[in-house]
Amino acid sequence: MELLILIFLPLVGAIATALFAKQNTAKVAALIFSIFSLAVALGLLFKFIPDASTQFETNFTWIQQLGINFHVGLDGISLVTVLLTNVLTPIIILASFKNEYKNANAFYALILFMQSGLLLVFTALDAFLFYIGWEAALIPIYFICATWGGKDRIKVNMKFFVYTIAGSLFMLLGIIYLYLQNPANNFEIAEFYKLQLDATQQGWIFWAFFIAFAIKMPIFPFHTWQPDTYTTAPTPGTMLLSGIMLKMGIYGVIRWLLPVVPHGVQDWTGVVMALAVIGIVYAAIIAFKQKDAKRLVAYSSISHVGLIAAGIFTISQQGLQGSMIQMLSHGINVVGLFFVLDIIKSRLETNKVDELGGLAKVAPQLAITFLIVLLGTVALPGTNGFIGEFLLLMSVYNYSAWLGAVAGLTIIFGAVYMLRSYQKIMLGETNALTASFKDIAGTEKIVLYTICALIIIIGVYPKPLLQLSEASVQHLLEQINHKLTGIN
Amino acid sequence: MNIIITIAVTALVVLYTGLFKAKKALLPITLLGLLVALGFTVSAWDQPTVYFSMMQVDNFALAFGGIAIIGTLLIFLLTQRYFADNSPNIAEYFTLILFALCGIIIMVSYKNLSMLFIGVEIMSVCLYILAGIRKLNFASNEASLKYFLMGAFSTGFLLFGIALVYGATGSFDIDVIQTSLVNNMTNVSPLFYPGIILMMVGLCFKVGAAPFHFWTPDVYEGSPSLITAFMATVVKTAGFAAFLRLFAGAFEPLHDFWMPALLVIVIITLCLGNITALYQKNFKRMLAYSSISHAGYLLFSLIVLTANSASNVLVYAAAYTFASIVAFAVLINVKQKTGSDDIESFNGLAKRNPLAALALTIAMLSLAGIPLTAGFIGKYVMFLNVLENYQIILVVIAILNALIGFYYYFRVIIAVYFKEGKEVELETPVQYKVVLVVSTIVILILGVYPSLILNLI
Repeated sequence: MELLILIFLPLVGAIATALFAKQNTAKVAALIFSIFSLAVALGLLFKFIPDASTQFETNFTWIQQLGINFHVGLDGISLVTVLLTNVLTPIIILASFKNEYKNANAFYALILFMQSGLLLVFTALDAFLFYIGWEAALIPIYFICATWGGKDRIKVNMKFFVYTIAGSLFMLLGIIYLYLQNPANNFEIAEFYKLQLDATQQGWIFWAFFIAFAIKMPIFPFHTWQPDTYTTAPTPGTMLLSGIMLKMGIYGVIRWLLPVVPHGVQDWTGVVMALAVIGIVYAAIIAFKQKDAKRLVAYSSISHVGLIAAGIFTISQQGLQGSMIQMLSHGINVVGLFFVLDIIKSRLETNKVDELGGLAKVAPQLAITFLIVLLGTVALPGTNGFIGEFLLLMSVYNYSAWLGAVAGLTIIFGAVYMLRSYQKIMLGETNALTASFKDIAGTEKIVLYTICALIIIIGVYPKPLLQLSEASVQHLLEQINHKLTGIN
Repeated sequence: MNIIITIAVTALVVLYTGLFKAKKALLPITLLGLLVALGFTVSAWDQPTVYFSMMQVDNFALAFGGIAIIGTLLIFLLTQRYFADNSPNIAEYFTLILFALCGIIIMVSYKNLSMLFIGVEIMSVCLYILAGIRKLNFASNEASLKYFLMGAFSTGFLLFGIALVYGATGSFDIDVIQTSLVNNMTNVSPLFYPGIILMMVGLCFKVGAAPFHFWTPDVYEGSPSLITAFMATVVKTAGFAAFLRLFAGAFEPLHDFWMPALLVIVIITLCLGNITALYQKNFKRMLAYSSISHAGYLLFSLIVLTANSASNVLVYAAAYTFASIVAFAVLINVKQKTGSDDIESFNGLAKRNPLAALALTIAMLSLAGIPLTAGFIGKYVMFLNVLENYQIILVVIAILNALIGFYYYFRVIIAVYFKEGKEVELETPVQYKVVLVVSTIVILILGVYPSLILNLI
């Protein structure tokens, strides 16, 4: 029951905002609904018992003839992603307060609608439901980006849309295939876990799912839609895409790929690891060359996500735990980065690194908060990025010292280009453009302070967060190993 | 039987009402007649009856007949002011549509192949005339002539096929044909094979499956939009019901023989319909080609015959019918203002008329097969159907086609929301609003809770 409220509250909010809100009240209405959603999520967090069980389960028949149930539940892994969604949504909405959007009620309704879809993805225990949520999250973000985006938005988003939907259709094919193999004739995840498929079948299913997830994250070479889409999208859209939506892919791998077809995963791990590490290096090199800060962050995001993917595919406790916490950290940090860039852009009409400079002199508060967010991104010890990246790198290193070394060096390299762009934007002398820059105020302060607080709190004391998913991850690994030994 | 009589009588009454120049009474009488027919359809549910071993009114017939009647009802609601612009003789057109519906009801409930032929002919002859309503318009004349020539050809094929099958079995009755096939599986009369193929060709003409689709784009474009809507939805659904009754029933024992031929037709239909639709600038032509591709998806149900085949076709046809009617309603509405049926004429529709824009968007999403719309459920059951027999190659082709589909359906959405158009207010008559709202709600309800219609038959 609690989960139904969690999932459908944003949807109700979306409908209410779309129908009743005026232009000027839409953002407030959306904020209120998203804060209520956050409260519901926090309520679940307090009630949650951190063991491996699935809690707050709700299960009823949806489409009886097709064996589809509305089955949702929460375990430690889902809870982290649910928290991520519901913490970031109000932050993203608040971050958009300074901007005026045409047809604001439609804009905010779509954000809330998307939140519902995301929550459905993160809680679904029925493969069909998972797929519905997957698509339900895509449609609103398409409209957000294509309606309120920048130059070339139509072309860019068409590419984005066709890319992602191509992936998801193949996933649907995989889901139907699993359903047909399932003697219980349903889409229950528990039944899918029990399936004993042979290695060839597992290989095919692996690719059917993996391509969908890889496009979403995105992993090299499925990333080509991402930089353009991030750059042209309106800032809340970019935040939703990078902060929350790409975690759908990561979550999908953990929940639906590893335990269902572990043998397929084992057979293809080498390829995926290679792709992930190539992605880390490749994106880092391209990021180094970027003149536009928003594109730079977009490429660095590919690099960071590549590391998460590599960590997951080591199928180890460190890798999975690292990816859990890094999902959260990356979400928070990337939203912070895009927000800072949005503040600069809204005042100076540019994100070109070379045209900026000396902002620290005129906007000290922005400088400090930006620095904290940046340090979180480059994973300085004591910030939220550190613990996740440390675990991930360790897992990759354990898998293969060479890959670990390459990935690790690239991450250091990442710190270089991040800090270099910070130096160019914030330090030095002000120029004609930046001299009259106004420091952050009002809602901007609230958003950035919140983000900085989260970065430091998680960085200093990550233990409760790690404990949240620990038992579930452990359980997942046992399941995978059990299934692997079962076949051999 | 009541249904056919009601519709036929309504048609005659409408004709005489027209004679006495009571134009205002035409629409109410027609709608009343259709509602009564719909009432008979509902009341006959679960009471299969055979009339004179000619017609078999079972749930299959009632379900498809019901969809056809509802579709026709919605299309009649769109006639407001429409025919008046086209011609002074409104009553005749009302009558012709109703007679065509009569033929359709016979097509979905035949038990005897002669009834199939009669049904197809009643329907087709009415449509030949309807396509040419605009006497002074070249495109309309061309459409009518083309449709007539092609239609006559295809009916010829159908008739040849029927004759050959009759030669093999000595009967027109589909159940007798099936029994004789089952009993002589080791020694099937060679007349059957050309007979089946000829009938398949004839029916593929009627439903517009490639490579027998050449008439579709020109006829769809040239005919008045309302008649196109009727042809693309109601007529197509009826064609599939007739197809299914024959091939899933009488010819089912020879599935191994005709399936490969149909498989080729399906693949050509899917690819050709979708890829050509991609290049269309004209909305009506785009819908024509997309209707060809939808015919491909609908034929999936015949590639793998299961207990659910008929039900799957019903779901898909219902989804397709409602979405197409919305598309045509918006098109007619926009065209009355702009005089063009290019996709560009939808530019900026969101500002001019948010309701029509939203309805058109939902219809396009449904045609593309996005989850939570009826179109997705339709595609889903079709995919499920063929995957049960592991036709993976076919499904992969279908998925690639679905992707192309997304592209051109979204072009319409892009025009509606993201392109700047002329800032002219577009008012929508009340009846159009009713059609748009009702159809959109049906699309969403069937998408969210498809149990209402799944396994209905």
